[in-house]
Amino acid sequence: MKILKLSSRGAMALLLAASLTIPAWSQTTSSAYAIKGGKVFTLAGPAIENGTVVIRDGKIAAVGANITIPSDAEVIDATGLEIYPGMFDPITQIGLNEVSAVNATVDVSELGDYNPELVAATAVNPASVHIPVTRANGITEVIAAPGTTSLDLQSGGLIAGQASAFNLAGWTMDEMQINRSVAMVINWPTIQTSSFDFATFSVKEKPYADVKKEYDKSVNTLSDWLDRARHYAQAKEKGSPALYERDLKLEALVPVVEGKLPVLVIADQERDIRNAVEFCTKQNVKIILGSGAEAWKVKDLLKDKKIPVVLAPTNRLPEQEDTPYDKPYTEPSELFAAGIPFAFSSFGTAFSRRLPQYAGTAVAYGLPHDEALKAVMLNAAQIFGLADQLGTLEPGKLANIIVTNGDPLELQTQVRYLIIKGQLTSTDNKHRDLYEQYRKRPQPAH
Amino acid sequence: MNPKILCAAAILVAFAPVASRAQNPSTILIQNATILTVTHGNIEHGSILIRDGKIAAVGADLKAPEGATVIDATGQFVMPGIIDCHSHIAVDGSVNEAGPAVSSMANIADVLNPDDIDIYRDLAGGVTAANILHGSANPIGGQTVVIKLRWGKPASELPFEGALPGIKFALGENPKHSNFPTPPGVTPRYPGTRLGVEEVIRQAFIEAREYKKQWDDYNRRKSTGEQNLIPPRRDVRLDPLVEVMDGKRYVHAHCYRADEILMLIRVANEFGFKVRTFQHVLEGYKIADEIAAAGAGGSTFSDWWAYKMEAFDAIPYNAALMTERGVIASVNSDDAQEARQLNQEAAKSMKFGGLSANDALKLITLNPAIQLGIDARAGSIDVGKDADLAIYNHDPLSVYAVVQKTLIDGQVYFDRQRDIAQRSTLASEKQSLLDKEKKSAEEKKAEEKKAEENSEKQPEKKPSQKKKPPQAGNGNGNTGIVTGVAGGAR
Repeated sequence: MKILKLSSRGAMALLLAASLTIPAWSQTTSSAYAIKGGKVFTLAGPAIENGTVVIRDGKIAAVGANITIPSDAEVIDATGLEIYPGMFDPITQIGLNEVSAVNATVDVSELGDYNPELVAATAVNPASVHIPVTRANGITEVIAAPGTTSLDLQSGGLIAGQASAFNLAGWTMDEMQINRSVAMVINWPTIQTSSFDFATFSVKEKPYADVKKEYDKSVNTLSDWLDRARHYAQAKEKGSPALYERDLKLEALVPVVEGKLPVLVIADQERDIRNAVEFCTKQNVKIILGSGAEAWKVKDLLKDKKIPVVLAPTNRLPEQEDTPYDKPYTEPSELFAAGIPFAFSSFGTAFSRRLPQYAGTAVAYGLPHDEALKAVMLNAAQIFGLADQLGTLEPGKLANIIVTNGDPLELQTQVRYLIIKGQLTSTDNKHRDLYEQYRKRPQPAH
Repeated sequence: MNPKILCAAAILVAFAPVASRAQNPSTILIQNATILTVTHGNIEHGSILIRDGKIAAVGADLKAPEGATVIDATGQFVMPGIIDCHSHIAVDGSVNEAGPAVSSMANIADVLNPDDIDIYRDLAGGVTAANILHGSANPIGGQTVVIKLRWGKPASELPFEGALPGIKFALGENPKHSNFPTPPGVTPRYPGTRLGVEEVIRQAFIEAREYKKQWDDYNRRKSTGEQNLIPPRRDVRLDPLVEVMDGKRYVHAHCYRADEILMLIRVANEFGFKVRTFQHVLEGYKIADEIAAAGAGGSTFSDWWAYKMEAFDAIPYNAALMTERGVIASVNSDDAQEARQLNQEAAKSMKFGGLSANDALKLITLNPAIQLGIDARAGSIDVGKDADLAIYNHDPLSVYAVVQKTLIDGQVYFDRQRDIAQRSTLASEKQSLLDKEKKSAEEKKAEEKKAEENSEKQPEKKPSQKKKPPQAGNGNGNTGIVTGVAGGAR
């Protein structure tokens, strides 16, 4: 039995010793671990003081206060530390976007407006330097969503493609993948009379009537795609006389119209959210609202239709000048109070590690702390139908676990141990490497 | 980060939260708080006496003088108001005069907009002063100004009295136009490389040095009583550069990579001036010794990275490592949202690099004050300094801390409870204005219809006019959103 020892006051040297057993950016290959001595927050019941979590073959085997540690398990001493499910960032571009401004490193937005057949997992780069940076901050799994650009303001198409869920550790995407297709991303068209034009670096105005016409056309086309997919599915199933060549786009939409794959509708303004909900209700497709800056204005509708919300970073400015200054901060607590399921999300790559900061800020503005933990650990798993595998520390679930030296939502908290897919995973990353490298730089001669 | 959303409906401006118009008390005692002085430790159950906008006393046993207004801050934390060393709020229109490579004639101080709601929002995040910078489109950009966030005051009362003006320089991808395409049919602007960026700056200072020589010569001869001298022709482009060489104007240089930082230090040495701050300075940790030796400050982001190539080696340990190597470092926002959470951003330097709590606080208080040359008046809670303070309900380095009050010059400019209390009044006021607007639109419509009917009744008198199409309007009154470019400077 090999014992890794690290107290809560564990020095860097000890951490270094621990990391020696883990090859850089890779994982160990032990089949069994036991994390003992820490306070276990299962998110499925009350916290367990001095609890033990046993992990075997990638999954959680046992959790509790009086658990026998198997003789073959590698023991992680978490005395004085806290044990949580890893955090889940449900809308990101991780693996698809290395350096936002360098097009050659970005695979987020395909040309064309209707690309349901595209799947994020196809192009997720398992060697992205964002992956170790992100997981070192406690995020153990993410969803990469195509077409959800946040920085360059360029549209990712109306039907942008399928979002993929994966663990933030592994040699190939096949090893990392949790679910290749968890949602169909739809960027809901907005009626916007003014927009910024990068080519001329100026604001362009269009008459409302023209913009409305474009909008109606987009919605009609979306509707048409779903109608055709339905017809396509029926024709294939029943051998109807309607002849269809195999069509990858329609094929990809079949699970959507059959209600098996939810659409992740990205919309912010009240009117857009209402229109999107109406559309999805009429089309009888399952909807997850993404971004949702004005979701607080449509709480009754979201509650009534049981629509969950994946919030874009809530550390943002209010939508309008007269919106209360703290509205983005209080929105999560308002959604919670209204009984609407929601999750925090980064909508990006470099800021995925800010996920706990968003949740912590929401706590400061009224969201109960345990609900905030769920909103970065459990809720996304439930929203995307992955709660049988992720989100709580319960036997049978994937062992994605973080061991921290304190409240995971606090800014100064460090992740001491990281378990992904049941393997002890290094917290080494590009940022710490550069820090340690340049910290050792000798004083230059003058 | 967030695209700046501007409401076209001017009517909404009327609903921006209003600073107290009540009589401002001249003597205030904030009592029973944990006081984070930054310069001389924390005082538990401490008090701050404010007189005429200045800190008159700080300590554990202060009694309220007669007539003083008492702010009971039991269980709360008072820290110096946050100073944001890189901001683009309160600017009317674009922050970039992007035409020429040297745009030193443009001055941000000329376009201050006191009605920008982001002033109020940042105030609500504990910010009391900000360095309002020109954008980064040019190797030598426009002139800059330090302001206090005196929401409700006219533009003329925003500038921080006595603060030295600045000028923005920019190195790397932005001035060489790496990330924005040149519009079709437009000749790309020189420079297009980091080599050219250096050349533009050197060339401008060579001109400025000659120009300065002419003026010095003229002033010398004039002072000896020489008559009929013709003064050199004023050059508004070169005047600010002469001020830089005379130490009367600070250089705030936008930069990313270590090589370009060293380049500017060399150029500054050649022309005998100092760079006051390197802004962003994301690779500052690689050459912290050189920056410290040059006497420059480093004003950086907490954890931004990878948004462009020159930000790919950025690390969240930057502020801590620069501090460790003797650079006066600050953490700035460059963004109206980020400014609202600078206390959180500073706290990250404790996680990444192990700064002490007090050193982390310095990143957003005393250090930016030193960088902007306003540390005699701001940046710490010391007797004699301006009473620019932020009061939080928790330790401001915790994610759970919320600003309760922000004071500038001893006046409460933001009060969370007052803001919350105002909301329903403002909402109903807005609704009544909208109703009024709707009603008058309906009346107008009805009148038009009536006029139309009348003219239809007497077609022979007047040649019939074609029916006027309905005006293209803004639908349900919720449109008119303008999406602009945030900052345009990072």
